[in-house]
Amino acid sequence: MAWFLIILPLLAAVLAFSTRSVTLRLRLLPVTGALHLAALLFALRSWNALPAASGLGAWLGLDALGGWTLLVISVLFCVCAFYAPAYLALRPERDNRVFVTSFLCFLGLASLLAQARHPGLVWVAMETTTLATAPLIYFNHNRRSLEATWKYLIIGSVGIALALLGTLFVAYAAHMGGLAEPLTFSRLVQGAGVLSRPWLRAGFVLTLVGYGTKMGLAPLHTWKPDAYGESPGVIGALLAGGVTSCAFLALLRIYTVVAAAGELQFARELMVGMGLLSMLWAAVFMVRQLDIRRLLAYSSVEHMGILAFGIGIGGRAARFALFHLAANALVKGVLFMSAGNINRSYASKRLPYVTGAIRRTPVSGWLFFLGFLAITGTPPFAPFISEFNIAATALARPYLWTGVAFLVLLGGIFLAMSDTVVQVVFGTPPPDRARTPYRDTLATTAPLLVALALTVTMGLWLPESLSGMIQSAATQVEGQR
Amino acid sequence: MLQDLLIALIVLTNFTLVATSRINKAIQVAVIQGVLLGLLPLAMGLGRHLHIILMVAAAVTVKGWLIPFLFRRAMTKVKIRREVDPYIGYTASLVLCALGTGLALVLASNLPLAPGSEFKLFVPASLSTLLTGFILLITRRKALTQVVGYLVLENGIYLFGLMLVEEMPMLVETGILLDLFVGIFVMGIVINHITVAFDSMDTRHLAELKD
Repeated sequence: MAWFLIILPLLAAVLAFSTRSVTLRLRLLPVTGALHLAALLFALRSWNALPAASGLGAWLGLDALGGWTLLVISVLFCVCAFYAPAYLALRPERDNRVFVTSFLCFLGLASLLAQARHPGLVWVAMETTTLATAPLIYFNHNRRSLEATWKYLIIGSVGIALALLGTLFVAYAAHMGGLAEPLTFSRLVQGAGVLSRPWLRAGFVLTLVGYGTKMGLAPLHTWKPDAYGESPGVIGALLAGGVTSCAFLALLRIYTVVAAAGELQFARELMVGMGLLSMLWAAVFMVRQLDIRRLLAYSSVEHMGILAFGIGIGGRAARFALFHLAANALVKGVLFMSAGNINRSYASKRLPYVTGAIRRTPVSGWLFFLGFLAITGTPPFAPFISEFNIAATALARPYLWTGVAFLVLLGGIFLAMSDTVVQVVFGTPPPDRARTPYRDTLATTAPLLVALALTVTMGLWLPESLSGMIQSAATQVEGQR
Repeated sequence: MLQDLLIALIVLTNFTLVATSRINKAIQVAVIQGVLLGLLPLAMGLGRHLHIILMVAAAVTVKGWLIPFLFRRAMTKVKIRREVDPYIGYTASLVLCALGTGLALVLASNLPLAPGSEFKLFVPASLSTLLTGFILLITRRKALTQVVGYLVLENGIYLFGLMLVEEMPMLVETGILLDLFVGIFVMGIVINHITVAFDSMDTRHLAELKD
């Protein structure tokens, strides 16, 4: 099953690249997405019986943490894959071969990353993900998207290179402790006591910087507004919910080893610091942000900060940070794709040209507004549950001020974001702005409605088995086996 | 002894890299550095292991043949041969590189090595190469020179990895080399698009997007 999840999307990618039929290519996306999700759910049906390690030397295996992350990615991919054909039909002038191939490659690589049991393999999967998604950013083939692609490639590759150095540092820490290859995560966690501390600490800092760059934690997020701003909405959704989740998982894998080695406090402080800095940075740049895509990109920086913060606070907050991973991915999907629809209708993504979306594209306008309410932590949406619980845990801790800072930043971000969003959604449509032929259709809105419905469901009720899986993943992250 | 000599040569190539203005020469030096690194395991006396021989062959092929091929392909389409007007001058870059090497020595002395390790020079040389890559990436304007910087940065990391070469699984090593190759391949394609779109590969043109 492990291989099936990886090979299926990659085979589909090969088929998409080699076929000449545009219709076949467009059908491949939803079909592969649905098959992948079904296979994953089948593999996870008895997740607690899964041999998490399946032997100390195993290279691939699905555990609670990887399974949960891959589930989030797979669901988001499905939403994007059902939306993408309708979007590509609106852009007949652009060849969709590279788009579909890259999209499918991403899913295969994410499956590899989520199941990889060796830090080196995780790194290879993450780097390949960067390379596979770079052509997506260049989809529009203009100067602005070219600039965004270049920044994404260079900053992403340098970041990932530092993560490789960090991974090698951890391997050297194990070498000094006398652990033998293959250094799977199971073996590293089991033998964490003998790892050399200076190398392990330095390795963690480097992987935090490296994978943090891919997640888009401030101040390493500089590629993010450009990449998300210049690529189509559906790609922004996949990057903001999928690629970032991959990087987060890669970071958590190393975090787990550090925690098991008894350096939890050290790692926690770094995560809390990076988390709060990201939220602060995002809040500052969201104020009077006229470009709605860039606004969403900064919102993504903020939510990566929330993830890091939650993990750093630990305990119950770590559990809700993992829950937030799903909440963020789904809502980002809704936001980016509805913003994409609005852009289509106005042929712009900036204030003051885009105002009164609710009258021009009522469904997308409402989806965008509800997505905004959801992402800023309004009940009954899922992000409310996670943000509330992370804040509550932080406030109950000895370092009370981090919880206070977290809440203040959330409030500030709500205000900063609402300023732009309210104008975009409820303003008066500019009379001199020509209306493009785009109209909301079932195909461009139904996947988003499903994603939003899932967010509401998650906010109200989570199946027993899923909450158990998150619980188990969170204890795993904190270094307990 | 031979391994220390090779490492000294690698550090020297760092200084040549930051001091040169000709893009062609920078590429050549980076390639020489890569080949020296690729051959290093033989100098470390590990020539008897089959997997290491394979590794050396793969590394030398990728760094000494495939990557220069990609660079040459990119260069034929570009008229510019020199790095004109970098953000930081060549002398200043050289001083920075020297400072970086000093910093690398200080950092490395704070990290303990396995007892009896023969790899005393590896950590400082690797960090120094890494910093050289950074200097090239940050202070140069031409897209191609930035890719050279990325290659040098990867070389630095590769040098560190050589300390673990005996244990490192083949799968991971192959993956790293493959990713380096594909990465530079993709960057080459993007540079090609930049050259077509802007009729130049100066990254100053890439400054339209800001808040």
